Amino acid sequence: MSGVRHVVMSRGPAPTYNEGTEPMGKARKTRAKSKSKTKAAKKAGKKKRRTSKKAKPKTKKAGSKASKKAAKEVVEETPGKEQPRHSTAEDMALRQREISVAEFFTKNRHLLGFDNPRKALLTTIKEGVDNSLDACEEAGILPEVRVIIAHSKEEDRFRVTIEDNGPGILEKQIPLIFAKLLYGSKFHRLKMSRGQQGIGISAAGMYGQLTTGKPISITSKISRNKPAHYYELEIDTKKNEPRIILDETVEWPVQRGTKVEIELEAKFQKGRQSVEEYIEQTAIANPHVSLQFVTPDGEKKKYKRVSDQLPFQTREIKPHPYGVELGVLIKMLHDTQARTLQSFLHSDFSRVSSRVARMVCEKANVSERSRPSRIARQEADNLFKAINQTKIMNPSTDCLSPIGEELILAGLKKQIKADFFTAVTRPPAVYRGNPFQIEAGLAYGGSLPVEGLAHVLRYANRVPLLYQQSACAITRSLLSTAWRNYALQQSAGALPSGPLVIMVHMASVWVPFTSESKEAIAHYPEIIKEVRLALQECGRKLAKFVRRRRKAAESERKKAYIQHYIPHIAIALREMLELSVRQEKTMVRQLTDVLERSRS
Amino acid sequence: MSKVANQIKQTATLVRSRIQRRSKPTLSFPLRSLSNVKYHPKKGFLELKGKKKIRTLTVATVKTFAQTLRMMSQAKTLVEDDEIMTKREAYYVSKNWDDARFDEQPESDTVIDDIEALFEVNREQLGFIPEEKGGEIAGKLIVIDRESDGGRPLRIDCTKFGSGAYSIPISVEHLKFETKARFVLAIETAGMFQRLVKHSYWRKANCILVSMGGVPTRACRRFIRRLADELKLPVYAFVDCDPYGMFNIYRTLKVGSGNAAHINRYFCVPNARFLGVTPQDIINYKLPTHPLKEVDVKRARDALKNDPFVQHYKPWQDAIRQLLDMGVRAEQQAFAVHDLNYVIEHYLPEKFAAPKTFLP
Repeated sequence: MSGVRHVVMSRGPAPTYNEGTEPMGKARKTRAKSKSKTKAAKKAGKKKRRTSKKAKPKTKKAGSKASKKAAKEVVEETPGKEQPRHSTAEDMALRQREISVAEFFTKNRHLLGFDNPRKALLTTIKEGVDNSLDACEEAGILPEVRVIIAHSKEEDRFRVTIEDNGPGILEKQIPLIFAKLLYGSKFHRLKMSRGQQGIGISAAGMYGQLTTGKPISITSKISRNKPAHYYELEIDTKKNEPRIILDETVEWPVQRGTKVEIELEAKFQKGRQSVEEYIEQTAIANPHVSLQFVTPDGEKKKYKRVSDQLPFQTREIKPHPYGVELGVLIKMLHDTQARTLQSFLHSDFSRVSSRVARMVCEKANVSERSRPSRIARQEADNLFKAINQTKIMNPSTDCLSPIGEELILAGLKKQIKADFFTAVTRPPAVYRGNPFQIEAGLAYGGSLPVEGLAHVLRYANRVPLLYQQSACAITRSLLSTAWRNYALQQSAGALPSGPLVIMVHMASVWVPFTSESKEAIAHYPEIIKEVRLALQECGRKLAKFVRRRRKAAESERKKAYIQHYIPHIAIALREMLELSVRQEKTMVRQLTDVLERSRS
Repeated sequence: MSKVANQIKQTATLVRSRIQRRSKPTLSFPLRSLSNVKYHPKKGFLELKGKKKIRTLTVATVKTFAQTLRMMSQAKTLVEDDEIMTKREAYYVSKNWDDARFDEQPESDTVIDDIEALFEVNREQLGFIPEEKGGEIAGKLIVIDRESDGGRPLRIDCTKFGSGAYSIPISVEHLKFETKARFVLAIETAGMFQRLVKHSYWRKANCILVSMGGVPTRACRRFIRRLADELKLPVYAFVDCDPYGMFNIYRTLKVGSGNAAHINRYFCVPNARFLGVTPQDIINYKLPTHPLKEVDVKRARDALKNDPFVQHYKPWQDAIRQLLDMGVRAEQQAFAVHDLNYVIEHYLPEKFAAPKTFLP
């Protein structure tokens, strides 16, 4: 519907007359049908306009005539609606009811990355793999993940299986995790992890359920001695509650792990923004992961583990006062167990000492002994302002786990055949009270395509970001970096060109995405600046390499050049000094010698 | 073997011995620019100061180096065979040199000029002759040339060319002169020369007229020089009043050029004087003018700053400053505004009556 509307809107002035004369809803319905007519009216209008200026009012009439005609058609279609009936408060009250989260996302699935069948497949796999990796790492297990995409009986449908060797999930948690939106372990804590909200996998299950009617299947085993549990689950989209279709114990010949199977309407494609690209990029940023991927055609791809080093396990941190918004502050004031305001500030936030807490209270003009819940009602606003006026130390940064320069290099070298690799891990920085760290890597030359723009790999907490490149803070930094200083070509406002892959990773306890589908990082100046610094550092190293290589090529060229002209010097000398041909040849040899030596 | 051929051979031997010692051969040329000349008032011409440009054989210079040596070899052959070659012909001969050939004639000309400077001779001595014609003569002069086949003397009376004129040959060393004229008048444009010939100005003033046609060629300069030296005639230059007329034409005639300073001693006319048109003449004769172009202003400023000749003569500095202040230039044919023959009837007689107005 919206598509049609758009087309008509762009058709010029004639349809806009309609908009004024008709109620919106009706106009919308008619437009699709009256398209040809309004077009005709417009044409007529044009003709008359050309004849004389005086005819102008007439043209307007012609236009409105057409619209009246269109309106008439509507009337015929929906009789008895000529005069819209006004609602009373009671009528309205009848229609007002709760909206469940699940219902909301059913309507707005694009917010979660399920805009089209192709992207839905990618998002589903991405959510599954992210969960698997998070779970394995937290349990200290080197992850082994298998992704299988298989054709379903029906066309346009695929069955996706994601299997890991993780710690498994307790039986009673399985339905909640997989069939209840916004249920998870990661939302309430500030810790660096791939998942953040607890929507992803359940949304994927829901998408499958919506498009195929099939439930999501989960098999999970938590230890060798215990049996595996098999569930088939559906989401009750009204209540946002899991509905268990099947619950049984099964034999599963693995030590432990979780297997998720979802059938969904999807489109399998190769190339840019494909599942394969996602898996490949995941392998680059996660060299400690062993990945297997089976395509619908039965093609098996293996991405080997190149490092046995699990990422450093991060600490969970308390929120930093600068990163908290007023609403959150009020909620925290309500929920806290602290008795006094001072101890609340000290114990519920990071980097707030008793002294700093006292200073905040002074600034806010409230007693440090007052009860937090009272402050929440009356003076939260003052307190909030006071916090932001007080100088508070930056949050500690040991809660971050960057990939590290060495492993970035290992990851890049594993997947990309290039001549030159470099990587940089920046020291941690802070945006809005959240610690973060930027890393960048470059691969140059080799079998990378010489023509065209650089290929960009963006990561947030080791997860590849494939969509919305242009909306991302990383891209912004990339574009504003002066790559020409680093011996690369770059047109104004474009990515650098050449045989180049640029990788940028942002690690943070809270990555500020522009939307829930986690595709682009928001434009915080601190982030943009750190990315640029990392890129510049990589750029300097790249420039050194490129220049050295150019120099080598240049001297090769010169060598050929010398060989062209040396014989002529010898000929001239032979002629002038009446030498023999043998003496001439000796001279060529000697000259070549002299020049070759001087070259280096 | 001639002296030049010997010099060439010596240089070649030097280059070869350096190569045999496994060191980079070098050629050293006098630097050919105004910055490397000084004005010697007693000698009367711009003389090399002795700054050298050393061309070492490196990767960057290997092409020019090879070309220079091949051209030297060519010059040696010419001298030994008593043959001549125009610069254009030299350019075509280089087409046999494969990679070392010249793509455009200016490249080969530069190399010839380099060699000329290297041996401090004029290129005619190396067998390279210029393409350009040497200027024209009319008036009371008898040139004694030789017939091309027999070598018998040939008397050429320059009063007997009617409305035409005698052409100065490319080489003038063998010529002899007889005259009863009182002075030589060197004129910039062929148009003014024609007017003076048409009205037999040489008869009235008892002089020799020379048409330089812009910057005088070497042959023209040498010809005038010999007239001045051997016949003891004063030389006056009559050119446009603009920086080009003053410093490219007159300065080159009198003291030679910065670019070919190594040969200035032969190709200058130290006793030449600047008759006009002077900036003061523009005012005195109310001449129509054109505004000075940007290049004119640049050339004038450059002369003030860098030209050793101008730096030696205060009157010239004053004249340039006056011209720059006026911001205009005037051509010698501008006198036509008063009357077509105003030059003959008023300007030249009046100038000769007041030699103090001449510039040095």
